[in-house]
Amino acid sequence: MVKIKDALKSLTQGTPRNLMIYYGIFAIWLVTTAMHIPDGYLSPATSIIMFVIVLPFWVMGVRKLREKVTAKNVPLIALIAAFSFIIMMFNVPIPGGTTAHAVGGALAAIILGPEIATMAISIALVIQAFFFGDGGILALGANCFNMAVVLPYVSFAIYQAISKNQPVNSKRRIVGAALGGWTGLTIAAFFAGFEFGIQPLLFHTASGTPLYAPYPLSISIPAMLFAHALIASPVEALVTALVVAYLQRANQSALEIINKPEISPELSGFARWRILWIGLAVLIVLVPIGLLAPGTAWGEWGTEQLSSLGLAFIPQGMAKLSGLWSAPLSGYDLPALKNSNLGYVLSGIVGTIVIGIVAWLFTMLVTTHKPEPK
Amino acid sequence: MTEDSRSTKRTSRSSFVERTLVDINHTLEQSLFAEAIARQTGLLQGLDPRLKVIALLMLLLSVSLSHNLWIIVALYFLALGFAFFSKVPLGFFVKRVWLFIPFFTGIVALPALFIVPGAALVHLPFGMVITATGLQTALFLLLRVGTSVSFGILLILTTPWNSVLKALGVLRIPAVMILILGMTYRYIHLLLNITNDMFLSRKSRLLRRMAGPEERRLVAATAGNLLSKSLQVSSEVYLAMQSRGFRNYPRTIDTFKMRPVDWTAGIIVFLIALAAIWLGR
Repeated sequence: MVKIKDALKSLTQGTPRNLMIYYGIFAIWLVTTAMHIPDGYLSPATSIIMFVIVLPFWVMGVRKLREKVTAKNVPLIALIAAFSFIIMMFNVPIPGGTTAHAVGGALAAIILGPEIATMAISIALVIQAFFFGDGGILALGANCFNMAVVLPYVSFAIYQAISKNQPVNSKRRIVGAALGGWTGLTIAAFFAGFEFGIQPLLFHTASGTPLYAPYPLSISIPAMLFAHALIASPVEALVTALVVAYLQRANQSALEIINKPEISPELSGFARWRILWIGLAVLIVLVPIGLLAPGTAWGEWGTEQLSSLGLAFIPQGMAKLSGLWSAPLSGYDLPALKNSNLGYVLSGIVGTIVIGIVAWLFTMLVTTHKPEPK
Repeated sequence: MTEDSRSTKRTSRSSFVERTLVDINHTLEQSLFAEAIARQTGLLQGLDPRLKVIALLMLLLSVSLSHNLWIIVALYFLALGFAFFSKVPLGFFVKRVWLFIPFFTGIVALPALFIVPGAALVHLPFGMVITATGLQTALFLLLRVGTSVSFGILLILTTPWNSVLKALGVLRIPAVMILILGMTYRYIHLLLNITNDMFLSRKSRLLRRMAGPEERRLVAATAGNLLSKSLQVSSEVYLAMQSRGFRNYPRTIDTFKMRPVDWTAGIIVFLIALAAIWLGR
């Protein structure tokens, strides 16, 4: 308990006492704008990287549309995208007399599967950005990653894990929908907080003035996580669960679209390699264990560590080459974070994502494409 | 958003049904208004939509890359000039952006005034100090968001949505996606009307305020019903497409043509964006 207190203290070190006010203000803002990041919050470099991260998911969605999905699904996706757009406008009454908005991403994933949900929500976000000025245009990559990739994939995985092979009217489906919606949006909020939080570390003027979103990770991640975990995510969970319950009563076939052959999840990479994915997730969760191990992995010493190991002589070539490439996350740490443990875990997450993308791009290159239907 | 926030305030004591109705009608109104301006003749209306999409991206990038507040201010005035010569009502254009930004980005930027370390600028009661760097940061955020939103809405105010969608093709978006985007935009309006009817019919039969859980069940039932209707409409639309000869892949007729005036405008905007990026380093 004391340890957690200390950890929290170190997280908020250097920020003034009235931090709670800021969190409160942040929470109000979050509820009013949901998660649509406008242009100006993220640096162009971040925006471009976010597009690169989202791209494989879009390619996956488009490929699915072209190859596995029949023409019947063109209007289906359009209508679900339109539905996602409108569900974001619904005012959901929450206790206390106010209302909040849901994203609807978990629901889209449950109905269509995550790949197609990514397309549907991305389309809704593109229309919001271009036609209604809601969310930035350069920030579309980041917005799509948070709301159209993280949210549906996480929600769907949890929904599937809880309600797999359950009858359509099973209560477990409602539970899975609620848990999926809550977890999906909370993790999406974590990523949004991360995207905001790295801005002041990486982009500031020579005098230290932050150029984009001004709050460091120590403020942005807790603010986004708390506000979402307590308000926005429960709303998402509520809407998802209540709509699934309604569909169980009124339109069970809607919950079975995903089992039809044309957009079957069995064909998707996620389901086919499910055991591998779960294993990977377990490994990521276990990453903090690495913090307990002392020292450096054998054979992976840097030049400084070599001399501290008692090696008097450092090969000349090695000394020369070691300065050639300075890794962005050297030592798996974000120095500006001032918290090496958090930095270590974040580095792990970032690294896993980057590796995943590279692997995915590689498989895209080596797998053969079907010719486009003319 | 400005009218929206005012009208939402007016109805803030009313039920969520009314609030949703207000939001829906505002969205419909907004897109109708945009279409009306887009049909007038003006500076931006006369240019090739593809050029406008590329120019928008370049200008957004220069707003985003600038490390100089004055460059962002200058770009905002450029947006104002574009609006003026494109017959966009200036009052509407300024209000639409600046009345809603303080409510959202302003709230986010406010704490930065105090917590970004730097030389003290203004001393406030309770020991609060506004720092120079804090003020600069907050201004960066506000001006960037305001100018970016201004450029963004200029595109949609001066271009019919059909042309915007087609123009997105220059960004190498696959034709299937553009087809779906277009259908989505169309069906947003249909579904908005359906939702409007559902909520309006419910509102007309409401005599008292409902309890919280009852309200939430109603929202979920409306959302679920809307989903079922969407699915039903989608299969009808598919049959309609098939009966009109849709063969799994969309074909579009590209009617855009770059004229000399488009090339000139493109080069001018390109030079402006480059100059802004260079000056704002």
